Amino acid sequence: MTETTIPTGRRDDEIQIYDLHKSFGQIEVLKGISTIIRRGEVVCVIGPSGSGKSTLLRCVNLLEQPTKGRVFILNEEITDLDADVDELRTKMGMVFQQFNLFPHLTALENCTIAPINVLKKSKAEAEKNALENLEKVGLGDRGGAFPAQLSGGQQQRVAIARALSMDPELMLFDEPTSALDPELVGDVLSVMRDLAKTGLTMMVVTHEMAFAREVADRVIFMDGGVIVEEGHPDEVIGNPQQERTKTFLRRVLDPTHVNTGAEDEAYAVRHRADAAKEAEGDAPAVG
Amino acid sequence: MTTTTAEAPARRKKLSPRKRAQRIRIAQYVLLGLVVLGLILFADGGQIQRAFFRPDIIALTLGPQLVSAFLNTLAYTAGAFVVGLLLGTVLALMRLSQVAPYRWLASIYIEFFRGVPAIIVFIAFGSLALAFPGLLFPFDPYGTVWAALGLVAAAYMAETIRAGIQAVPKGQVEAARSLGMPSGMALSKIVLPQAFRIVTPPLTNELILLTKDSSLVYVLGLTKSAFELTKYGRDLATTHSNLTPLVIAGLCYLVITLPLTFIVRRMEANARKAR
Repeated sequence: MTETTIPTGRRDDEIQIYDLHKSFGQIEVLKGISTIIRRGEVVCVIGPSGSGKSTLLRCVNLLEQPTKGRVFILNEEITDLDADVDELRTKMGMVFQQFNLFPHLTALENCTIAPINVLKKSKAEAEKNALENLEKVGLGDRGGAFPAQLSGGQQQRVAIARALSMDPELMLFDEPTSALDPELVGDVLSVMRDLAKTGLTMMVVTHEMAFAREVADRVIFMDGGVIVEEGHPDEVIGNPQQERTKTFLRRVLDPTHVNTGAEDEAYAVRHRADAAKEAEGDAPAVG
Repeated sequence: MTTTTAEAPARRKKLSPRKRAQRIRIAQYVLLGLVVLGLILFADGGQIQRAFFRPDIIALTLGPQLVSAFLNTLAYTAGAFVVGLLLGTVLALMRLSQVAPYRWLASIYIEFFRGVPAIIVFIAFGSLALAFPGLLFPFDPYGTVWAALGLVAAAYMAETIRAGIQAVPKGQVEAARSLGMPSGMALSKIVLPQAFRIVTPPLTNELILLTKDSSLVYVLGLTKSAFELTKYGRDLATTHSNLTPLVIAGLCYLVITLPLTFIVRRMEANARKAR
């Protein structure tokens, strides 16, 4: 491993990733990823299914344990064995593709349970903050509703409010609109657009090219477990240099494209990776 | 399934399926009527009443001791349920532990107590003092009964609770952990509340089974004031050479179990609706 200056020590480096590898069984999903995300930056990670973009995001807050490599959050190494992972996680909110709201709690309770129990805030303070965040995502009047009573788009906005209620320094979004009906995508994206404007650091795995182009400061195109191309969205999406990026964008942007079979292959790879992951840890980690 | 083929069309006129179903229904009613008629003709109503419902013995059974036995059954069951629930939860967590020996121990425990008749466990439990001289359970006799019944109940409940925990999607733990919750907090605040909601109907079924299993604790050798329903009914039945007290005891069990059955049905219907 080439030891560059790690960590950089620059105060505005929020996420530093060095030579990150991740394998599920025999399948190597990440093959050496390095990048730095600065304070206030909005970085969109794009790429075909199975390219490892979600795994990369999940390695950042250690929901997946990297096989090799180092990750620094706010200049503290989260991959270090002595790191206080729980404490570092309170500083980065995560929004999941499947929302993962707590179904036994109301929208408001979803937003207060962690601030009360983890940050030891008073109930009144946590509720005040949660309500502000629910208002921010346009759901100030739905605090008493249970997740099952909300639409998918509303659930995802509550999930964003829940993450914001921890007052995080940065936010991770794992395909936040992929599980939504098309007509509900817009609400979630506009909330994320507003967040980006507030200067929050955001790392967004997404398939929404228009959103990436409009909101991102930088786009990372991944394929086959490596970063193929990264840069300003006008360059990466508007004027891609790499052949793989061009092919991918042609496919995504032109709905009439002919499937050459490569996508199916990519899907098969991801499917095998999932199977290997299941075999690795079938029981939920409770112990 | 018809056996007719295209080449050999059936000559004999076949009944339409609906007519056939109608005739089968009529035949079932006729059969039922015959059985009831037979019972009425051959059974000796007076003899049955003398054997199962003798008024003087009914009066004798319905005393303060029946109330005490009824309350004892309730107390034994409720206490054992609490013991079973706590121990069962611990066993379920052990079964899901990442430490292999915990998984093995829990599996051995569960398979042993599920595979051995409860009455053998109770008989062994009655002689526990032989193996451990000086062993005393608190709240005698309740402590002993709670421990014995609870040990067996825990084995069954552990499997139910484990299934409930596993039914909580993995994303719930991930969401909790991503908010900075330590794994223990994620378990107690997020996973277990959902798991217990899922397993409430099957656990209520365990409670019904436990109510009936409490009838086996007589082998522990209880004093008269500690009798539960079955022992109370059996004692009276032996004394008077008549089954009436046992019939009353049986009816008392229904007073407990039928409302529970009703509640389970309601909960299951609600769960279906919520889906």
